Amino acid sequence: MTTPRTTPRTLVEKIWDGHRVGAATDGPDLLYIDLHLVHEATSAQAFDGLRLAGRPVRRPDLTLAVEDHNVPTDSLVITDPISVEQVTTVRRNCAEHGIELFRHGDGRQGIVHVVGPELGAVQPGMTVVCGDSHTSTHGAFGALAFGIGTSDVEHVLATQTLALQRPRTMAVEFTGVPAPGVTAKDLMLALTAHIGANGAHGHVLEYRGEAVRGLSMEGRMTMCNLSIEAGARAGLIAPDDTTTAYLADRPRRPTGEAWQRALAHWETLHTDPGAVFDHTVTIDVADLTPMVTWGTNPGQAVPLGESVPDPEAYPDPAERAAARRALDYMGLAPGTPMRDIGIDTVFLGSCTNGRVEDLRAAAQVLRGRKVSPDVRMLVVPGSMQVREQAEQEGLHEVFLAAGAEWRFSGCSMCLGMNSDRLPGRERCASTSNRNYEGRQGRTARTHLVSPAVAASTAVAGRLAAPSDLDRG
Amino acid sequence: MEPLTSHTGTVLPLRRSDVDTDQIIPSEYCRRLSKTGYQDGLFARWREQPDFVFNDPARAASTVLVAGANFGTGSSREHAVWALRDWGVAAVIAPSFGDIFRRNALKNGLLAAQLPDEDVAQLMARAEQDASYEITVDLAGCVVRWPGGSCPFEIDGRARRLLLEGLDDIAVTLERQDDIVAYEQGRPAWLPAFAPTGGVN
Repeated sequence: MTTPRTTPRTLVEKIWDGHRVGAATDGPDLLYIDLHLVHEATSAQAFDGLRLAGRPVRRPDLTLAVEDHNVPTDSLVITDPISVEQVTTVRRNCAEHGIELFRHGDGRQGIVHVVGPELGAVQPGMTVVCGDSHTSTHGAFGALAFGIGTSDVEHVLATQTLALQRPRTMAVEFTGVPAPGVTAKDLMLALTAHIGANGAHGHVLEYRGEAVRGLSMEGRMTMCNLSIEAGARAGLIAPDDTTTAYLADRPRRPTGEAWQRALAHWETLHTDPGAVFDHTVTIDVADLTPMVTWGTNPGQAVPLGESVPDPEAYPDPAERAAARRALDYMGLAPGTPMRDIGIDTVFLGSCTNGRVEDLRAAAQVLRGRKVSPDVRMLVVPGSMQVREQAEQEGLHEVFLAAGAEWRFSGCSMCLGMNSDRLPGRERCASTSNRNYEGRQGRTARTHLVSPAVAASTAVAGRLAAPSDLDRG
Repeated sequence: MEPLTSHTGTVLPLRRSDVDTDQIIPSEYCRRLSKTGYQDGLFARWREQPDFVFNDPARAASTVLVAGANFGTGSSREHAVWALRDWGVAAVIAPSFGDIFRRNALKNGLLAAQLPDEDVAQLMARAEQDASYEITVDLAGCVVRWPGGSCPFEIDGRARRLLLEGLDDIAVTLERQDDIVAYEQGRPAWLPAFAPTGGVN
């Protein structure tokens, strides 16, 4: 279907139309990809496929690779033999095809979704893909960004395009102003609890409203990162002054006259008045309080002030069965106040909440306080640049003085693909994105929280908000 | 890939919703460099339970997985599809799928058919009672058939054609090389690009 210029369009439609290769057809569109982010864990088979077919990488200059999923965060030396094999392979593949790679130990290395933005390599209106579902993070810049499997990684390496059906669109209106201490993480857990872990299935979300405009770029990245946890294909936020201010001093930004031309383009990147979304969801954030998950999918979340729900109260049989299973796995009884749940480990990091603003929020809570003797706290910066910035601000001293571990960067305990895993049935308050069974360790239990709640929990030894600590 | 038109098999009923890719294959099993050999990781945790459906000897040769809503939600790991395929699963039927999983499945010839809740519930109930209950997923006709019933399903036309004709996805796209070159010539020069390094940092 051709969309005439005069028809009001959503931001997603504008980006889509601007990246369609050739004329529109009845079938899927061929969409051009502006930036392909690559990491060691989902690319090896794609490079093998190219090799077998004798195909080159079409645009190594639009491809950037990092090592993040498998790397240790307690050392700059990789000793695990499988990790060594993984990074050796990505190094060989990148060298062979002329792809820029930030290796473990490089000052620019980090989690792929932290590194791209901090370089300024993700800009408004771009299409961005990566073999990782949390690629939705980059939507914070007004880019259309989504995760792909390894077959599609190979397809993009070979063609710099993907054949895709035009997605449906959903407006998510966050109205009102959040109370102090209520973060992008809480807004997204509230959204996912409201619509369910599959509530945005097949849609690209556009986050709108006063509460979104008020977020920093870090907060917007947290928000867009969690789009996939609501089942969405992607999520994005129209660029504004906050976006351009963030990009203004990044190394890969356009400069000189090119910056002016880019700015002129970025100003067109908004949903036109009168444009129609397939669906709209409205969440009033004024009354929200910090959120925490109780179950084994990100939609199973409640305000920290509430209690573990009773599965029998769910009218839907599938939801009831899922809640029973979740409570069994989590070792929780219905009616238990969330604040009474004791925690063994606190993980601060990940592509969701591993940026410097997240570390600042946690450090603010921990300053002058101690991590409970019953709790182990890991602080894993999202990138080596985040680590350096935090050290310049002295945040590492706050963490170390409180008794937390100060690590190098990587995906770490978010997915437990590396050496950072929880033993036994340990219970973790985690700033990451998934509370699935076994995610952080074979039988480990995860509660998703914001950085401030994570830090407060570390001090209290049970799920807590900063205000709980003030009460003593 | 070999052309694929239809698959018939007995059923592995998995009465669970939101089965995420971390359950289908935990991350520690995703560290191989090949596209095969993932069957050991398939539902590795859940298979520790003796009564888990994948441990049922009567269903050892079953090839059609019937599951609850939002099957394959979560990560982009194609290993989830490879693990199902390596186990011998040829088709998955559910009321809904994680988007990336469904796309990955079709790229690997694993038929992922979305059917209405009530049909899935009916198939689940019958298959739980009868390990010899057979279902056909007919890609050519875009229809799922079972004894005494059938239901059409939707599938991306391009993915369907690639599977039916056994075509190479990338080769089909590269037929449009001229369009891609023309698009590239019109891209704004200010968009970010990395200097190919020919090496590593």
